[in-house]
Amino acid sequence: MGLEEFKDRNIGVKNYITVQDDNYPKTNGEVFKQIVKRSLKGELFTGLKITFNMMREALFKGKMHTVQYPAEKLPIGPRYRAVHKLLALLESGENRCIGCGLCEKICISNCIKMDTKIDENSRKEVLEYTINMGRCIFCGYCAEVCPELAIVHGQRYENASEQRAHFALKEDLLTPLDKLHLQKEYEGFGAVSPDADEKIQKTPLQY
Amino acid sequence: METSIIIETIIKAIVVLAVFSALAGFTTYIERKVLAYMQRRLGPSNVGPYGLLQLVADGIKLFTKEDFIPQNAARPVFMIAPIITAATAFIAMSAVPFFPEFELFGYVVRPIIADVNVGVLFVLGVASVGLYGPLLAGMSSANKWSLLGGARTAIQLLSYEVVSGLALLAPLMLVGSLSLIDINNYQAGGFTSWLIWSQPLAFILFVIAGFAETNRTPFDLLEHEAEIVAGYATEYSGLRWGMFFIGEYANLFTVCFLVSLIFLGGFNDLWFIPGGLAIVLKVMFLIFFFLWTRASWPHIRPDQLMWLCWKILMPLAVINILITGFVMMF
Repeated sequence: MGLEEFKDRNIGVKNYITVQDDNYPKTNGEVFKQIVKRSLKGELFTGLKITFNMMREALFKGKMHTVQYPAEKLPIGPRYRAVHKLLALLESGENRCIGCGLCEKICISNCIKMDTKIDENSRKEVLEYTINMGRCIFCGYCAEVCPELAIVHGQRYENASEQRAHFALKEDLLTPLDKLHLQKEYEGFGAVSPDADEKIQKTPLQY
Repeated sequence: METSIIIETIIKAIVVLAVFSALAGFTTYIERKVLAYMQRRLGPSNVGPYGLLQLVADGIKLFTKEDFIPQNAARPVFMIAPIITAATAFIAMSAVPFFPEFELFGYVVRPIIADVNVGVLFVLGVASVGLYGPLLAGMSSANKWSLLGGARTAIQLLSYEVVSGLALLAPLMLVGSLSLIDINNYQAGGFTSWLIWSQPLAFILFVIAGFAETNRTPFDLLEHEAEIVAGYATEYSGLRWGMFFIGEYANLFTVCFLVSLIFLGGFNDLWFIPGGLAIVLKVMFLIFFFLWTRASWPHIRPDQLMWLCWKILMPLAVINILITGFVMMF
């Protein structure tokens, strides 16, 4: 196709060639021939054979398509953006969030609200952290921007609850202390590198 | 003598009613299972072992559902229509011999409720009365989809009555009797004396007509949910709808018994298999075949159905009768 043809916007007046068109019988003789051909071809029995083989394989080879949903679940993609999780520090179980407010700032649907204060050690402390699940569009910007990998998207895709608020409060999102050993670290910007233990050097006070 | 016959008939009628109502329910389970495996799903599996109690659950659901009658419906007709379907389906069974004669506590039981000498005619006649069920249901529902379903009932069932009647004429000419027991005894010579070998065309035509008359899938235009919601049964709920269902499955069994009796050797002994078991196997295979086609074949349009009936099957049936006549003459 040349450029001229490609640039031609006058598409309404062209004669189009249909790519796939059946050869419909035109005379009565052709109709009769088609009927006889189709009747004697045994296409219907081919259909029967296919379904029977399907049944045989389903019964004896266990080839099923069904997932017994509540009992078994399909794996979801590792990058799937489901309900958020707040990760905790592995040692102490404290909130990893440093209260920088970047996620609140970047959130395009304005659903993240946080409340911070400077505590007695003059460190920033996160008092309240909520995500309005009715507004959240699960774009993933908050997880992307977090410098500490404190907020991530979890794997909880079954968003059924009595109240939306059940997902949104800090104590629901934060990994509880007893589940700390199950917490999975996320790789990426800000994550602890896998060989962190070898790289680390003792501080002068240790000597 | 008189009273014993009356008691025997009543017992037989009750047994047939009970057995085939239960079988109709069980066939819904089998149907769902077979269809599921052919589509690589599981079917009912949670209620009871292998989902067997799904029958009971469905029954409870049907019994306790609200019995709904639309505002502008013709109430008496609307209420009677399902009864016609269910009743005629069971009445038709009264002339069908299900098993060979057997002895129970020294008493010879003939497993046929009424041995009328025009058995085939009776069964076909009563079964065709059954078409009033869907027809009246469709016309009385005050619903356009139902009306379309009723109209389709009229064209489909009436037309295929012609095909099934004409298809049966040729084997009946060979046998020379309308009694199903006579037809069965005609094929007593074993596998080779089955009427399917001398009347293959009539067999195919009758099975096709059977599909249409029992409203099974390639021809289930009456309640084709992709086109007319649920056809004649759109406005029905609860047990009235259940009666249509039971009637349909009872009809299915009647047709399967008819095909096995007329074409597949009936309840004669087959090699080492005793007759009673042989006919059960044949009927079971036919039922499976009906379910099998439901999983495999697509629906057809009403005009294609009528075209098939009047332009293909009816002429073929007439030609078959002519050929049979000539063969018998010379």
